[in-house]
Amino acid sequence: MREIQEFSLDDLKHLLSPRALTGETVVLNMGPQHPSTHGVLRLILELDGETIVNCIPDIGFLHTGIEKNMESKTYMKAEVMTDRMDYLFTLGNNLTYALAVEKLVGIPVPPRADSVRVILTELSRISSHLIWIGTSALDLGAMSVFLYAMREREMILDIFELVSGQRMMTTYIRPGGLWRDVPVQFNELLQQFIDIMPKRIDEYESLLTHNSLFLERTQGIGVIDIPTALNWNVSGPTLRAAGMAHDLRKTNPYCGFEQYDFEVPTQTTGDVYGRYLVRVAEMRESVKIVQQALDKMPMGPSLTYDNKFIPPPRSEIGVSMESLIHHFKYWTEGFLPPAGSVYAAVESPRGELGVFLESDGGPKPYRVHYRTPSIPLISAFSILAKGHMVSDMVAIISSIDLVLGDADR
Amino acid sequence: MNETLQAAVEGISGRFKVQTAEFRGDVTLLVPNDQVVDICRVLHDEFDFDTLPLETAVDYHPKTSPRFHVVYGLYSTKTHLYLYLRAPVDGENPHISTVESVYKSANWREREIFDLFGIIFDGHSDLRRLEMPPDWEGHPLRKDYPLGYEEVQFTFNFDEIDLRKPKGER
Amino acid sequence: MGIERKTGNMGILTTTVEGLMKWSRTNSMWPMSFGLACCAIEMMATEASHYDMSRFGMELMRASPRQSDLMIVAGRVAQKMAPVVRNLYDQMPDPKWVIALGDCAACGGVFNNYAILQGVDEIIPVDVYIAGCPPRPEGLLNGIMLVYQKVRSEKSTNWK
Repeated sequence: MREIQEFSLDDLKHLLSPRALTGETVVLNMGPQHPSTHGVLRLILELDGETIVNCIPDIGFLHTGIEKNMESKTYMKAEVMTDRMDYLFTLGNNLTYALAVEKLVGIPVPPRADSVRVILTELSRISSHLIWIGTSALDLGAMSVFLYAMREREMILDIFELVSGQRMMTTYIRPGGLWRDVPVQFNELLQQFIDIMPKRIDEYESLLTHNSLFLERTQGIGVIDIPTALNWNVSGPTLRAAGMAHDLRKTNPYCGFEQYDFEVPTQTTGDVYGRYLVRVAEMRESVKIVQQALDKMPMGPSLTYDNKFIPPPRSEIGVSMESLIHHFKYWTEGFLPPAGSVYAAVESPRGELGVFLESDGGPKPYRVHYRTPSIPLISAFSILAKGHMVSDMVAIISSIDLVLGDADR
Repeated sequence: MNETLQAAVEGISGRFKVQTAEFRGDVTLLVPNDQVVDICRVLHDEFDFDTLPLETAVDYHPKTSPRFHVVYGLYSTKTHLYLYLRAPVDGENPHISTVESVYKSANWREREIFDLFGIIFDGHSDLRRLEMPPDWEGHPLRKDYPLGYEEVQFTFNFDEIDLRKPKGER
Repeated sequence: MGIERKTGNMGILTTTVEGLMKWSRTNSMWPMSFGLACCAIEMMATEASHYDMSRFGMELMRASPRQSDLMIVAGRVAQKMAPVVRNLYDQMPDPKWVIALGDCAACGGVFNNYAILQGVDEIIPVDVYIAGCPPRPEGLLNGIMLVYQKVRSEKSTNWK
């Protein structure tokens, strides 16, 4: 087994100030196991008393080798691994992969599948924001918000379990549509959730938004402005809190988002409090989108009918010989897409989540690369934390909503 | 192709030697290795491509020249358009210059490509491994690096694999 | 039974020293929060109010290994993280128990490649394995009950 790798000050001297080498400032390790780093993030802090002079993030403690592993599985089997990357926005990873494969192969998606995809990804976004609000309030000391947020999240996980059988890693959104159509109780359960949710969001706001302790700890902390954010490629609520109304659901719409009426909330301060307000407003907008999608959901098939690239429906296999042959070839060898490379992107609660997929004509993907939003957020962290104190840094880490599974893959 | 994108592509192909390709609506320019930074600077300053969301590499192993392609995807927040660049990199001496001076987000992306593929970026301020431990040998995402999987334990080979498997002690 | 009936409500309880030790070890075992990946989210869901872990005395997840006696390894262990896990396990004082939560900690899970340890029992000895990807909160509660059964049934051998 390996030994723990220690960095010496010489290795890092191009990133630290000259005062670290003389010993005037302390270089401290905030190690991978720490209650307030969300996940396994290691920070090497250079401290002058309690003020941070430099901050060097070190990642890789959750590197799973997913991209290489996906190259040795067929297109359908590789999708199972995609849920486990950004484990708070699980259906979004599936959706991105499905959009990329559909773009590569060139198959359309039926409108019923599109509206169910929109509903489930918006529910996933709400559940990710609920975990964010729970853990960030927990870091700042407000423990009851965590318990309330998890209570709502259980309702969302009940809907996922009804639809796919699994609470979190569902792999429900597949290239061509959905795995199976939604059951009959789906509409009723979803309507119950939509009726309750806005009042619950009001409850969280009543606890935190005008709370003077929360305001003191979050206003003016971790400010980022728009040109820096664009150069460091920060996207998502962090960019919207800085002032730019950029949302991939509006600018490059996918899955029929252009037919839904929703706003993109922005703030101008760019600090931790601004990001909090943006995310709470986003939760409300997501509930509106889910209501509209539920009202407009058309009847129809939930999976395209295309025997070359999509598994044939179960009912046909018993009666048609061609369907049986296609089913057999599909699950043993896989399908053969044309050669070429595509890129498809989706708006995740952290920013732009995209897949770069290159195929050489074989049944296995030649190169899959996930462009995840957490890497630019962590690399911009060294700018966000300069000049603040260690306890402010806890607030900043929780406000940029990191998921280390996303960054390390 | 969109007109703004057409104008950008013609602006670039007038000044540099590039090949254009279009597949499923994505426009890709094949650019020579040493002119990547200049092209990125022109696209950033004149054609409003202000962010670099995608930067990755692909390994075409049995081919040695070029063995790698470094893929850049640029995005403009004003016109909402994507443009992709591909730069070939040699197999024996994999060097390419860094675009960190134009886009700061390339810093960590290039560290990741160095870690997983072994392509060296000239002029990078901090080229260290990102995901693997610092003393790891080899570059995992190359095609000649094995997947490293463990053989599955069935009943017929249960005992012999059990002997080889490391077990933690108190 | 005779002496208990005679003393009645004088408030005296008789038991063995071993029984007393086991009772004190199981009621309110403090876990060390070692959430690495997706299973950590299910562990947090178990701690919340719907599937309450506070009825076992475990709602307090101690961050420091020196103050905890149960280590729940929740998530996949990568090559860079392995020596850190061993270091933390060594820092925990005796008696200590380990639960491997989820498929990745038990056997490597979906990921059979160069970067993930095939089971955390390659570096530390595990007492209870819980299957699932991620396991339901009821699964984690069942695993905790199994640890309690194990503690209650083991004989104390070193009396130093």
